[in-house]
Amino acid sequence: MRKGDPVGLPFSYGLFLRRYMGPAKLLINPLQFRLTVDRLSHQLVEEHGDFSESALIGIQPRGVHLASRLRDRIAEITGGTSPLCGELDSTFFRDDFRRRDQPLQAARTHLDFTVEGLKVVLIDDVLFTGRTIRAALDALLVHGRPASVELAVLIDRRFSRQLPIEAKYVGRSVDSLDSQRLKVVWADLDGGQDRVELMNS
Amino acid sequence: MPQFSHQHLLGIRGLDRNDVEAIFETAEQFKEVINRPIRKVPSLRDITVANLFFENSTRTRLSFELAEKRLSADVVNFSSASSSVKKGETLADTVRNILAMKVDMVVMRHPHPGAAHYLAEKIDVPIINAGDGTHEHPTQALLDCFTLRERLGTLEGKKVCIFGDIRHSRVALSNVRCLQLLGAEVMVCGPVPLIPRHFGSLGVKVEHHMDAALEWCDVANVLRIQLERQGSEVPFFPSLEEYHAQFGLTSERLERLSSAPLILHPGPMNRGVEIASELADRGDSIILEQVENGVAVRMAVLYLLAGRLGGSED
Repeated sequence: MRKGDPVGLPFSYGLFLRRYMGPAKLLINPLQFRLTVDRLSHQLVEEHGDFSESALIGIQPRGVHLASRLRDRIAEITGGTSPLCGELDSTFFRDDFRRRDQPLQAARTHLDFTVEGLKVVLIDDVLFTGRTIRAALDALLVHGRPASVELAVLIDRRFSRQLPIEAKYVGRSVDSLDSQRLKVVWADLDGGQDRVELMNS
Repeated sequence: MPQFSHQHLLGIRGLDRNDVEAIFETAEQFKEVINRPIRKVPSLRDITVANLFFENSTRTRLSFELAEKRLSADVVNFSSASSSVKKGETLADTVRNILAMKVDMVVMRHPHPGAAHYLAEKIDVPIINAGDGTHEHPTQALLDCFTLRERLGTLEGKKVCIFGDIRHSRVALSNVRCLQLLGAEVMVCGPVPLIPRHFGSLGVKVEHHMDAALEWCDVANVLRIQLERQGSEVPFFPSLEEYHAQFGLTSERLERLSSAPLILHPGPMNRGVEIASELADRGDSIILEQVENGVAVRMAVLYLLAGRLGGSED
């Protein structure tokens, strides 16, 4: 039996899902995707104004795409200069080191500013167990003491949290099984159109 | 994405291109880490690394120790000068005793070729070879190639010549293998007695004339004359002065060339023997870059090897 399958059922629930619901379901279509990013941008502007005291920081590897989308959209909305935007890698701060067959490959950290005194918005594509965000908080503090830290995510997989971490800005909340996988597809990175898929693996 | 697929780092032999790329990619990130205001990450928290140096070393040992500390590992140091090795204990026994104190990784330098391989068969913690006699010195080769790649973009098709005491150098063998793995053309150059005959079988060019070799190469890796390993009864060359006259790298030699090669030196330098003092001080050599990259590359190796420790637990 697969981890996450309801206990006691006489058949594999994952197999059932795959058979009757197909391999992948479109969770957010391209139009909804654009509207969601728009809404998140407006919420951020509502809270942070012209971003003179704030910074967007995308978490590697997949949060950086959302961060740059939000940066561009926010610049359009405010009509001013685009907000400070950085890329943060949390690999060396993770708590699952030595619990995998292979260590994770680190990605680039690119912050050309210190976060000292800034209102930081951490950005990731999917919030799941919360452990990546925990590691990112540690990685962030190396670069100074921010005035505050908030979290913005495109997808919040509720009921899967292993740590007391919640996002302030959420694109869409999703109830899903642990065995299911979520994929945020970026047009400029993965081809096709921007969308979010739920896969029964 | 390249993965490092070995339990130990005993030599460049046995590694493939993927392993080296994995080390380099990780080292790039660590180079960024050690240039931050806070140069430390918690990855190797709760891992104890033993640095066993059965032979003297300054920079390799310091570099490993710094790498371990920047990764938050606990470090114990051992040098044979002040130990039971002098009382006749065998290598395997010494190391087993140290491991009984719950050490998770071993970094070892030893005067005997193959010591690290021997140990790898006896004990099952990851071992990093920090130089075994005249055999291999993998982390030095990795940091040399990492530095070159940073400077040149790629090593594919580049011409690299290793000058000096090839016979007694562990750096030479590791470098030849690593450079070839990354697609470079390699030449060795030195006095006839200091180049072992079998080097031809590694697929490298052999040259005995300094000027011809300098004209050929894009990169000159100048090795140290290992004064402590020269034959005591029959020397391999008449005198240091004569060596300098024939094989010393000087600015006069470089000025005669159509284009000057990049100069590497793994240290410690014998000024006035294999390299002239004024060249060693010139700003355009990348000798100190090598030292900085040494820490980043060693952090990468430690990280990739330590990360596999818990693999079987889950």
